[in-house]
Amino acid sequence: MSTVVPASFDEVQAAVRAVRAAHAGARLLPRGGGSKPALSAPRVGEEVLDLSALAGVVEYNPGEYTFTALAGTRIVEVRALLAAQGQYLPFDPPLAERGATLGGTVAAGLSGAGRYRFGGVRDFILGVRLVDGSGELVRGGGKVVKNAAGFDIPKLMVGSLGQFGVLVELTFKVFPASVAHTTVRRRYAAQDAALTALGNVYTARLDIDSLDLLPGSDGSATVAVRLGGLPDALPARAEHVRGLLEGGDILTGADESSGWQSAAEFAWVPAGWIVTKVPLTPRRIPALEAAAGSLQTVRRYSSGGNVAWLAMPPERNSGAAGEEKGSAVQELDRILAGLELSGLVVFGPPELSRSRLRIGWRSGQAFEQRVKAVFDPAGRLPSY
Amino acid sequence: MNSDTLTDALSRLYPADRILRKPGELAPYESDALTALRRRPLAVVIPQTQNEVIETVRLCHRYETPFVARGSGTSLSGGSLPVPDGIVIALNRLNRIIRLDPQERIAIVEPGVVNLDISRAAAPYDLHYAPDPSSQQICTIGGNVAFNSGGAHCLKYGMTSNHILSIKAVLPDGEVVQLGSESAEGVGPDLPGLFVGSEGLFGIALEIAVRLLPRPQKYHTLLAAYRTLEAAGDAVTRVVASGLLPGALEIMDRLAIQAAEAAVHPNYPQGAEAVLIVELEGEPEEVAEETRRLDEVIRASGAYEVRVAQNAADRLRIWKGRKSAFSAVGRLSSDYIVQDGVVPRGRLGEALAEIRRLSGQYGLRVANVFHAGDGNLHPLILYDGRAAGALERAEKLAGEILQLCIRYGGSITGEHGVGMEKRDYLPRMYGEADMDMMWKLRCAVDPRQIANRGKMFPGGEVSSPFSTGMHPLERAGVISRE
Ligand SMILES: Cc1cc2nc3c(=O)[nH]c(=O)nc-3n(C[C@H](O)[C@H](O)[C@H](O)COP(=O)(O)OP(=O)(O)OC[C@H]3O[C@@H](n4cnc5c(N)ncnc54)[C@H](O)[C@@H]3O)c2cc1C
Repeated sequence: MSTVVPASFDEVQAAVRAVRAAHAGARLLPRGGGSKPALSAPRVGEEVLDLSALAGVVEYNPGEYTFTALAGTRIVEVRALLAAQGQYLPFDPPLAERGATLGGTVAAGLSGAGRYRFGGVRDFILGVRLVDGSGELVRGGGKVVKNAAGFDIPKLMVGSLGQFGVLVELTFKVFPASVAHTTVRRRYAAQDAALTALGNVYTARLDIDSLDLLPGSDGSATVAVRLGGLPDALPARAEHVRGLLEGGDILTGADESSGWQSAAEFAWVPAGWIVTKVPLTPRRIPALEAAAGSLQTVRRYSSGGNVAWLAMPPERNSGAAGEEKGSAVQELDRILAGLELSGLVVFGPPELSRSRLRIGWRSGQAFEQRVKAVFDPAGRLPSY
Repeated sequence: MNSDTLTDALSRLYPADRILRKPGELAPYESDALTALRRRPLAVVIPQTQNEVIETVRLCHRYETPFVARGSGTSLSGGSLPVPDGIVIALNRLNRIIRLDPQERIAIVEPGVVNLDISRAAAPYDLHYAPDPSSQQICTIGGNVAFNSGGAHCLKYGMTSNHILSIKAVLPDGEVVQLGSESAEGVGPDLPGLFVGSEGLFGIALEIAVRLLPRPQKYHTLLAAYRTLEAAGDAVTRVVASGLLPGALEIMDRLAIQAAEAAVHPNYPQGAEAVLIVELEGEPEEVAEETRRLDEVIRASGAYEVRVAQNAADRLRIWKGRKSAFSAVGRLSSDYIVQDGVVPRGRLGEALAEIRRLSGQYGLRVANVFHAGDGNLHPLILYDGRAAGALERAEKLAGEILQLCIRYGGSITGEHGVGMEKRDYLPRMYGEADMDMMWKLRCAVDPRQIANRGKMFPGGEVSSPFSTGMHPLERAGVISRE
């Protein structure tokens, strides 16, 4: 399987147009930093379009709260640039240390725990340039923080997984960063109590940065609440949260940030395990908890229970003879479909076919197919 | 013509009192808030159930007859203007709040629900629906979804789109789809994100899941008066540079202030060339700290008078002046055009100077009220509709302002949509390939182009004049605009 590394938009266009010419049936798989291996590992018949050379910030105006960068730009680079001006990416992109790029983050549609405060990647993308499946370079959205002209193509690209085009340039909105953070964490012996606490924080008139729930293997669960803001206000604010949690430890400094860092980098996931993103709502947590019990999963509920990260070993009974690699995904697919939940496999073995990455319940397929036919009529780009 | 058979079919679907065909009955539906344009539809139908909407769309598709969804008809860009000899589907009676779940902080609503009614229903739980267009007492969530409407408080928490979780819609060929889920996160392309802002061209939203936010505990609302408009603009730059993120950041210029004083007497400081309104919101401890910072910034910004709302009544008074500014301008001049372009915040000063120059050149007064934090201008061009050629001059001036926004790297619309009014300007903002892609999308979703035909894309009938004068409800004092 060959890899193409374009250094210009022209080269991306040429690469897309060359697909069918080279070998019929081949598909081009855009790849950023490869930090989400289940999505970016090529399957049979796929050619990788490596966007790492199409990197760099094109324009950054702190006073506008906007920046524009090439799609292969690494999150770490952007983060440092913004931090120097006291700003940040409020959707808190995950996997930055593992090399995640802006384009890959948008295409995968992933946001981190901090998205709880102001919204996810969909809420901060303003503009996009992409090369569609016909090799056409097109632009959607704009470069200003507010724009209602034309269809919202930038949002459509969030979660598109490369099926509509190769993202080449992106414009985002950014916000001033919090000066300091505090985290309140409390462990509950029973999960019910933790869920009640989560609900209390979820509906309180507070401005919370992150709200996560971590089930333990022993039926316990921990609730973690992150606050950001001006340092002098944080102690009093943390006390309000402790009131809602009926206790808990207050963390600051390195102790505070390390837990969130681990969440962002999926450091809590054992090597080689499959990780699936499952959007849900807080009320559905108990059902998923009950159903996922049959798999040896480790779970983390983030953004107040709007997303579950499920980690599990690749085989159902790890290592059991005759188990097909990735069979656990089939089981999860069945479970999620039963709960009317959808999932996206983010880490997983390359044996898993592309059609098995989006699992469980699916909505809007008829609409999605119409969109796909516009952007990629010849089928040069991946399908899901 | 197939139209007789279509109306026959519709007459079987609707009882006589919910299908309107007589000229007198159609008149109220012939226009929206772009009052200069009127079109007579073939019929207006008033469905009460989602199924009636679906059946209506299927019939329109079968008979290849255009339809226009209509909420409250407050569109300022001609979005809900009927297509001549098409069907208007009036959605005001599809107005049930199907479910409001305070624990999940979501509401599932039908499209005809009025924006403010969601916040009213959520208020007992200390929740609210954040986007606050100043037409919010009357405009519908369906219209908001179609235009991705905004308001004064969209700087921090975003526009309509940022608050829509899922949409059940009937596509123009009658297929019913569910886009998104009740979760704030998703898997697969963001289809609700694409549907919001599609201006009725992708079919009709039947059921919408919106996200509710906890109501802020505390507001700190400040009004600062400046001797020049530039100084007020500079103050915005300073606030932004200070690292504060206010809930709202708004400016009014002298003419807008005068109009507001005459209309609602907010008692703004005497002699101001511009006033700046800044509102902080959130937890009391944080707001208190932020207030300290904001005070320093405003003190250094050269404001000659600063007022801080001491209580809820003060706050409302400050906002009343701001929110009624547009209707108030109607007292200075019965005819005006309102524009809605966006420029990069850093070029606000230049843009305003340019607008002032154009105002002089055209001999037309322009009042400015705007969402300064977003760079979203709302210039109101005043003209005398009875004077020969005045409307044409005002339209030309409006066009120059749109061109200016494009030249500065901004947008022709921040929240009012393209509609009928600005459709000739969309191709000036986007390139040919971009327009082509959007057109293909439109055709893929609506092969017969029956949903809101003639809007957003140029072509068809001769393009429209701009929004002029007050909406009848504004004149009656029921609503006001930003
Ligand atoms: C005084 C005044 C103040 C205003 N202030 C603001 C403001 O602050 N911010 C702002 O953004 N706008 C503002 N507007 C503009 C207007 O109120 C908004 O665009 C609003 O969203 C329109 O809602 P509506 O129910 O009146 O929709 P309509 O005007 O009836 O329709 C608007 C568009 O939506 C489509 N549509 C309606 N329902 C549906 C549906 N269910 N599915 C699909 N498409 C549908 C229509 O076809 C049309 O294209 C103001 C208007 C007035 C008159």
